[in-house]
Amino acid sequence: MEALLEIKGLHASVEGKEILHGVDLTIRRGEVHAVMGPNGAGKSTLSAVLTGRPGYEVTAGSVSFAGHDLLAMSPEERSWAGLFLSFQYPIEIPGVSMTNFLKAAVSARRKAAGQPEPTAAEFLALMKQKMALLKMKPEFAKREVNVGFSGGEKKRGEIFQMAMLEPVLSILDETDSGLDVDALKIVADGVNSLRTSETSAIIITHYQKLLEYIVPDVVHVLKEGRIVLTGGRELVDRIEKEGFEGIDG
Amino acid sequence: MDKTLTDITSKQYKEGFVTDVEQEYVPKGLSEQIIRQISAIKQEPQWLLEFRLDAFRKWQKMTPPTWGHLHLPEIDFQDIIYYAAPKKDSERPKEIDPALQETFDKLGIPISEREVLAGVKSKVAVDAVFDSVSVTTTFRKTLAEKGIIFCSFSEAVRDYPELVHKYLASVVPAGDNFYAALNSAVFSDGSFCYIPKGVKCPMDLSSYFRINASGTGQFERTLIVADEGSQVSYMEGCTAPMRDEHQLHAAVVEIVVEAGADVRYSTVQNWYPGDDQGRGGILNLVTKRGICKGEGSHLSWTQVETGSAITWKYPSTILRGDNSSSEFYSVALTNNYQQADTGTKMVHLGRNTRSRIISKGISAGHSQNSYRGLVRMNSGAAGARNYSQCDSLLIGSLCGAHTFPVIKNDCPGAIVEHEATTSKISEDQLFYLNQRGIPPEEAVGLIVNGYAKEVLQRLPMEFAVEAQKLLSVSLEGSIG
Repeated sequence: MEALLEIKGLHASVEGKEILHGVDLTIRRGEVHAVMGPNGAGKSTLSAVLTGRPGYEVTAGSVSFAGHDLLAMSPEERSWAGLFLSFQYPIEIPGVSMTNFLKAAVSARRKAAGQPEPTAAEFLALMKQKMALLKMKPEFAKREVNVGFSGGEKKRGEIFQMAMLEPVLSILDETDSGLDVDALKIVADGVNSLRTSETSAIIITHYQKLLEYIVPDVVHVLKEGRIVLTGGRELVDRIEKEGFEGIDG
Repeated sequence: MDKTLTDITSKQYKEGFVTDVEQEYVPKGLSEQIIRQISAIKQEPQWLLEFRLDAFRKWQKMTPPTWGHLHLPEIDFQDIIYYAAPKKDSERPKEIDPALQETFDKLGIPISEREVLAGVKSKVAVDAVFDSVSVTTTFRKTLAEKGIIFCSFSEAVRDYPELVHKYLASVVPAGDNFYAALNSAVFSDGSFCYIPKGVKCPMDLSSYFRINASGTGQFERTLIVADEGSQVSYMEGCTAPMRDEHQLHAAVVEIVVEAGADVRYSTVQNWYPGDDQGRGGILNLVTKRGICKGEGSHLSWTQVETGSAITWKYPSTILRGDNSSSEFYSVALTNNYQQADTGTKMVHLGRNTRSRIISKGISAGHSQNSYRGLVRMNSGAAGARNYSQCDSLLIGSLCGAHTFPVIKNDCPGAIVEHEATTSKISEDQLFYLNQRGIPPEEAVGLIVNGYAKEVLQRLPMEFAVEAQKLLSVSLEGSIG
């Protein structure tokens, strides 16, 4: 199978301090990879670098994504190419409704692809369809982006956005943090319902709970800025028993 | 962050064209002679000439106000042409010059009733002012059927002199301030509107002001009288060509609201703001004031200010009638080297009067944006209440936002509340939107429109859409 994402020897720093010390990772279409690791291992730095967040400097290495040189692209270009990040801390945009926000996002994506922007009717039909798929309440569309959302609502909102934007590769950054079991199940159901043989996901987490519901094909352990071990889902159980301490690759 | 947000490049101003049309002018400069000449061109009655000359004498003794948080360039009042009007075809004096028709078409202002009736544009009656004269006023006849008078100021002077005489300068006296006195001396045209007792105006009314000729200033007056129990929604828009020199716009708007009447006055101010280096642009020095004269009367001001090199205006309300109420909703956006000092005055005289002030300032580039407000509770204003909220949003770190709220409460039973916030567009917000595929400029537009929503939703529908686009386009180039 074709590699969708290929990270080679990636080094990255924040404020002059190197956090990633040479990460190698290949993800094929249709695969779900889990990246696990203790606090401070560089998990969030990896997602920030892949999505082009300002303030993160790549000092060496390359990333190719669906045939593009990912590191040469702006954050919005990466989004247009099909990269999606479910944020660990979704941001509030006061005064902007979910509908207007997503209309802007979908329109920008279509425009970039040289396609006509959706009409209001087309767009609302799409919203309705995806909201039904994820069992969102109708008033959700009118709410201001993340304003006054509970932790669970924020994460569901992220997955809903993922459904709307139909990404090729989704990065779920600590999507399980701050969620109770019920909310976790709802989010996992959402992610599972969006899985196809053409789309891939990276699930970043330091707990194994979410991985009971979203079953990964490949599991990586990230420690001190390097992937120290790669294996199948049995690795999740090993981490549960031994913790990250005992894993050195 | 600064690198992302404050690299200033040129902003687009699509209304910056010039119309090639033959114009007639009075000679440059300001004198009693010029004022007599303007009055003569307009064939005005003696009392109006006297009013002008009295205002001129007052103005000569006045000095420009300096309290604004503004660097106002020195204005040479002898270097301005005070009257410029497109020449009429002497054989067809009633027809609109095709060049003017084309100009207003280009600006999207429906000056033909046909296109409105055909349903292309929303149903709005327009008084279109080009330099010093009103070119046309639409739907006069339709409105007249309900007893509504809507016409140019000059026509009102000719056709309804008693009404004009009764209300002119009744809210903004000729000597009120330096620029109002100047306007009173030289005003050339504008709009007049009278809504009779108990009449609800069946369509929105609007004035559109276009400056075209170079070396001129525009000095128009708007006078709106809403008689007892009447209702009207009034909109005002404006644009001007791009020029390296400043041009002066000193207008006066007066609104009289009788008992039980309701006036909604909305402005989308889009004068040429000058270039990205601060060259040129309109000096917008305007006096707008209304009086809630009668019991239970209501006046609401909504303004979206994105244009002008300098804005100095404070749409204000005198709440005289008991139980009268007024609101001021404002979005003022400044970019590049623009300066705005704007706000309102709410003067509570009557009992149980209410006012609400929502001001949203947005500063980008090297601009300076100030809110200045006065809330005054006179001793008789028992039970009066005011609520003010002044928010400032900064884009980049080279701009300034300032608030100068003054509260004078002489009435122990009156309640005044004031809240203020200052925020910045955060890098996190921008990145969040970028990650969803929304490019930086559009992202800023979205954030700004969300921030201004509370004010924008007060505008009539058609105007709100226009204003949203304007807020986004005015920020083009504010991020690198």
